[in-house]
Amino acid sequence: MPREGILVHNPYERITNEQVLQIHQASMQILHDTGLISFNREAAEIFHSNGAEVTIVSSGDSPCWLVKIPEKLVLHALDSAPKTVKLGARNPENTLIMKGEEPRVFFVSGSETNIWLDVDFPTYVKKSGRGTEIQVPEFHPRRGTVADLCDSAHVCEHLKTLDGYIRTVNIQDKDITEDNKDVNKFFASLNNTTKHFMSGLTSLKQLDNVVNMAKLIVGGEEELKENPIISFITCLIKSPLQFVEDTTQTFIEVCRRGLPIVVSSSPQAGTTAPIKEAGIMVQINAEVLAGITLSQLVNKGTPVIYGSVPVRARMDTLGDSYGSVETSQYNIDCVQMARFYKIPNYSTSGVCDSKTPGQQASVERLFSDIVVTLSGPQYLHCAYGLLDCNSSFSLLQAVLDDAHFQMIKFFLRPPWISEKEIADTLKQIREVVATPQKLYIRYIRPVMRSGEISAPYLFEGDGESDNVFALAYERMNELLAKPVEHIDPATTSKIFQEIPGILPRLNVYEERRGQ
Amino acid sequence: MSEDIIASLKENVIQGRKTQDDEGIDEELSGTPGVVELTQSALDDNIPPETIITRGLTAGMQVVGEKFTTREYFIPDMLASAEAVGAAMDILKPILEASNIETKGKFAIATVKGDIHDIGKNIVSILLKGAGYEVNDLGTDVPTEKIVEVVREYKPDFLGLSALLTTTMVVMGEIIEALKENGLRDKVKVLIGGAAVSDEYAQEIGVDAYCVDGFHAIKVLDAFQEAKA
Repeated sequence: MPREGILVHNPYERITNEQVLQIHQASMQILHDTGLISFNREAAEIFHSNGAEVTIVSSGDSPCWLVKIPEKLVLHALDSAPKTVKLGARNPENTLIMKGEEPRVFFVSGSETNIWLDVDFPTYVKKSGRGTEIQVPEFHPRRGTVADLCDSAHVCEHLKTLDGYIRTVNIQDKDITEDNKDVNKFFASLNNTTKHFMSGLTSLKQLDNVVNMAKLIVGGEEELKENPIISFITCLIKSPLQFVEDTTQTFIEVCRRGLPIVVSSSPQAGTTAPIKEAGIMVQINAEVLAGITLSQLVNKGTPVIYGSVPVRARMDTLGDSYGSVETSQYNIDCVQMARFYKIPNYSTSGVCDSKTPGQQASVERLFSDIVVTLSGPQYLHCAYGLLDCNSSFSLLQAVLDDAHFQMIKFFLRPPWISEKEIADTLKQIREVVATPQKLYIRYIRPVMRSGEISAPYLFEGDGESDNVFALAYERMNELLAKPVEHIDPATTSKIFQEIPGILPRLNVYEERRGQ
Repeated sequence: MSEDIIASLKENVIQGRKTQDDEGIDEELSGTPGVVELTQSALDDNIPPETIITRGLTAGMQVVGEKFTTREYFIPDMLASAEAVGAAMDILKPILEASNIETKGKFAIATVKGDIHDIGKNIVSILLKGAGYEVNDLGTDVPTEKIVEVVREYKPDFLGLSALLTTTMVVMGEIIEALKENGLRDKVKVLIGGAAVSDEYAQEIGVDAYCVDGFHAIKVLDAFQEAKA
């Protein structure tokens, strides 16, 4: 049985059907009359050979082409793109089945940050408190390592609500180079979680190595097609309306291999997209449609996901403001556009502006996590543990996030009202009002035991004071101590023999032997 | 046979099954006799009431208390068990009285004049009854004169007063004064509870204890009993 995620009944719709059509039509106009600049030669050639109007813009060191995509090409692509995308997993019970028309949400971690936030709890003595001692969490940023990535995948494996894993931290060890980064990030992640793994690629040269690694894990090429335990995300579009040279090439190659891929566009309203909602929506939709069209021209039937990471600019710095309310609005609009096309959607929530776990982080995350979930995206990159926009990752925050997603999932259970329920209720009310104490407490027990009453907040403290961080820290360490199912020894051995560049210290069996 | 009945009684207290119609926790018990039926069977089998109470009811409640402490049980479970024990005590009461066996004490409880909130008071009543006290629940919005009269006539060992509102908690002080005026203050231990009151307020008006909730009330009463012994 695949993972259930959470089915959103009556998903929240921010824009009307008429507005969806208006955006769609405007995006088509943009693709046809304004077009995109392609810095990737092959993409320009593919579009040209399929009837798009392609003209060279610059032929110097950085050649580029203007690609104007006719509507029929886009519509054909939308027609051939699968409406159901399966994301496999080492443990088949963690498989995700995403249907473009079904608002079933899967919660996923990511994205790749440079900074890992350590936490400790030093003791402070109150000056005027006659030796009163308190413990206050302190967060220490440092560069992320491959060991951190292992820990992050390990904890994410055990987070109840997390359905899939996108790598959370950029590995920056001294022995990690551009040539071995991909194999190490894929192996570190796949070896520490049995959930689906999605990642970007640092070097196209490593694509076949990571695909071969996945084939070794599942048992072969056909098995990987049947159970795609890995998928890719590529930012092939640079806003506004440009195909990037290298990432577009990666995109094309992944499509050729038939593996699931996210067409990701991340315009910033105010700088790389219009500041108004209609503007950023028309543009991001055009950009994603261009990517989807390319995917189907390269390899018809490529399982492609409508990826949206729109954001509003901060007015003080013109940096990203993921915590802004508008960012959630754009994401919800994108969810509706993807559903209109019946293509599974990768959406974004939970990325916050706050630098460390705390009140601001909680407010920003919870706000966007709730509202975007309510709209029913299929693959919600809800950024477990991410802070400071997309810059730092805190394992403690990821554990905190799991707690509030448990609440969101509970909230989204279908309403509990039926003829039988009403009949039972009437009987109960009549019985209770006839008793001297008029209390319904005795009826709580069967409901409580059946799991139909939501649990208290996971990190609620005892007594009068809150102790959220310390309790979450305890939980984090419990999860780290809990074993994970690593790739078996024989396959691990094959991977280390056949896939070059994986750091020997990632071989858990060799490490154990050495101890 | 007697041992089986006592063991079942204890188990059904733990399960919080007052009667055979109750679901309890373990589905297998559904339809089998609950605490009320088992208490009657025990009496029919000539098992002494002291044995029923100590090895059946109290022993079961002790396990329930332990499960509550370890968070396996929650308040609804405690109340279900206490309610079952309370029902058993109702059956045993005439036999205990006829045999001159005393309960743990008589407890009168009321929500004071002007206040109609009774959820907390009702829960305390159930818990105390389940703990072996003979409870006389006077209800809500009870006039001070009636409370004084009950203390005089019914002679409770303990008087519990409840108030939710800051506007009605002052009545508690008036009741204490009325008890003093009628020469009854030293005849009864007075305990107060409710959202509006506090330990400080208890001291201010001169009552014997402030109880945070029903469980606390049982501990306070047990402490009084120990001091008395």
